[in-house]
Amino acid sequence: MAVRVLGWLAVLGLAAGLVAAFGYAPREVVQGNVQRIMYLHVPSVLTAYLAFGLVFVGSVGYLLTRRAGWDRLALAAAEPGVIFTGITIASGSIWGKPTWGTWWTWDARLTSTAVLFLVYLGYLLLRGMIDEPDRRARAAAVVGILGAANIPIVHFSVKWWRALHQPATILGPEPSPIAAPIALTLFVNWLAFTLLFLYLLAKRTAIAQLEEHHAE
Amino acid sequence: MSHYVRRAWIVVWKDVLSERRSKESLNALVFFSLLLLFVFQFALGPERAKVETALPGLLWLGFVLAGLLAFGRTFLVERENDCWEGLVLAPGDKSAIYLGKLAGNVLLMAVVEAVLVLLFALFFNLDFTSALPGLMLVLALGTLGLAAVGTLFGAITAQLRARELLFPVLLLPAAVPVLLASVSATQTVLLGEPLADAAAWLKLLAAADLVYLVIGVLTFEFVLEG
Amino acid sequence: MIATGPDAVREQTPPLPASDLVVEATHLRKRYGLTSALEEVSLSLEAGCGLTLLGPNGTGKSTLLRILATLLRPTSGALRITGLDALKEPAAVRGAIDMVGHGTWIYEDLTAIENLRFWSVMGGHDAARARLRAALESVELDTVAECRARIFSAGMKRRLALARVLLGRARLLLLDEPFTGLDRAGRKWLGEFLMSFKARGGAFVVATHSFDAGLGVADRIAILAGGRLALDRPTTELGHDDLRRLYDDLALGPGVAS
Repeated sequence: MAVRVLGWLAVLGLAAGLVAAFGYAPREVVQGNVQRIMYLHVPSVLTAYLAFGLVFVGSVGYLLTRRAGWDRLALAAAEPGVIFTGITIASGSIWGKPTWGTWWTWDARLTSTAVLFLVYLGYLLLRGMIDEPDRRARAAAVVGILGAANIPIVHFSVKWWRALHQPATILGPEPSPIAAPIALTLFVNWLAFTLLFLYLLAKRTAIAQLEEHHAE
Repeated sequence: MSHYVRRAWIVVWKDVLSERRSKESLNALVFFSLLLLFVFQFALGPERAKVETALPGLLWLGFVLAGLLAFGRTFLVERENDCWEGLVLAPGDKSAIYLGKLAGNVLLMAVVEAVLVLLFALFFNLDFTSALPGLMLVLALGTLGLAAVGTLFGAITAQLRARELLFPVLLLPAAVPVLLASVSATQTVLLGEPLADAAAWLKLLAAADLVYLVIGVLTFEFVLEG
Repeated sequence: MIATGPDAVREQTPPLPASDLVVEATHLRKRYGLTSALEEVSLSLEAGCGLTLLGPNGTGKSTLLRILATLLRPTSGALRITGLDALKEPAAVRGAIDMVGHGTWIYEDLTAIENLRFWSVMGGHDAARARLRAALESVELDTVAECRARIFSAGMKRRLALARVLLGRARLLLLDEPFTGLDRAGRKWLGEFLMSFKARGGAFVVATHSFDAGLGVADRIAILAGGRLALDRPTTELGHDDLRRLYDDLALGPGVAS
């Protein structure tokens, strides 16, 4: 029941976010309308970070308690997390094409996100290769913990690496003070994405529970 | 010596002894390094200047590739001799085994890296002598980071059938920051610039190494369970 | 020769009360997805008692043994070893368990004495050279102490594994098919080893499909058929032929001539 409400809230939020992104937020002077994709790109990456934070929590929780619920949390957060990471990369790529004329650029955030994508794809691959639930959960937990701990390290290393060759990322909101309409639109979309993620999380957890019951 | 240190040490002792007798890993890795040299040269073309510019990257590419081979085999001797269960049943803190295996891997990589650097110097007529102290520091920090993650993931994939595929898939993304930092710092050193210029990278490497080590020590017992 | 073992080798263990339960397993179940490897297995074992687990290959003997060794977690059920909850604190009970399984935990590139040194230190035991040599003497491997384990026969490897057990402080010894590859003298030798292990207060479980050899060493017989414990009786209660018939029926199916 609560999950149903969550789903509808997410739909509402996404609709509101879409309206805000195209109707309310100002048109960017230099890049034009394509800059509006930022309202997809930034909330996506923030949601991905939330997802992988939850993977970390689930991983630690399982190792400490050995209760399957924590492992379900980790799995149910990782899959949407990878999807949102993919959306971040795709939207960043689409943003880059008209802006810089190229589909890919080793921009700091794109690169960090791509590395994140690879880490958690590997996480899901690993999960797919172990049948025994306890061993799978333990192995995944260790990889999940290291992956999460690596996020800030990856962020800094890539940022400094880029700084050697080019100025900081353009694919992001301008430094403060950010104009109020932009901030509000970002916020609405971020909220909508978070709601969507939580809905997917709840659904995936339910599916995982069903899978476990079926296996018994 | 405390029990913990004794157990870590006996693991190193056992691995070094096994390796010295069988000579499996070291010979193959050294030969592999030699082959890499040829591959790099052929891939880059006959101009020496190209190799010199790409040198830091090539060195670390060589180390990472050798590391993939070496770390993936960390628990091979346990698997082949059916000793994995013995380690699982050994009492006490399992992280001693992790540190022992890590030390063994670092030793192995140290030899391989020394050989690779020597080969590079020989084949491409490069002079590393002035850069040597700085280079050794960067190599030490970078290798420690690679080995810390490699040993942990090596244990995870040891029991899997698809380990040859999964191990690189897991290790390479996790090794990105170490790679970036090490290559940048190596470049600074090889260009003859003062080590202080690479201070930020070295600090990042040290911090990363610490994080990986702590995670390895804390989580190894969960990996070794069975 | 084996019955008492050299004093230099034996660790100081406090004497156990006779009724001390070394193993207490209740309602163990192991499922792999939809396949059931073990169903409702309960058994208990006192100190100084030896149990032989009989059953043809594939009935779950190895699975049960590995669960008792805390190498495998059961899907459900409870397990206590030397009084401690083995599922909640496996690390605490592992010091009391030793196993001689399909893998004998021998590093082939190391010599016999080097193998013993490694496992002694790993187990936290005294690894003095004299002690290691004494253990090798007990298992008649002192002549090959400095030879690499690669050249050992299956029987010699098994003896080396038992030397390792001698150096430890295990109260529960689990053996998986220990008679394979042993000739008559070897089996007699193993029997004596197990007797002396019991005499020092230990308990053991031998899993085997070899009826006669298994019967010879045990105080109790259990038959595992289709993942279930079909029988669990002291050997004194049933005669050899009755047991044989029961075994053939339960393990191989009714209608098989014994």
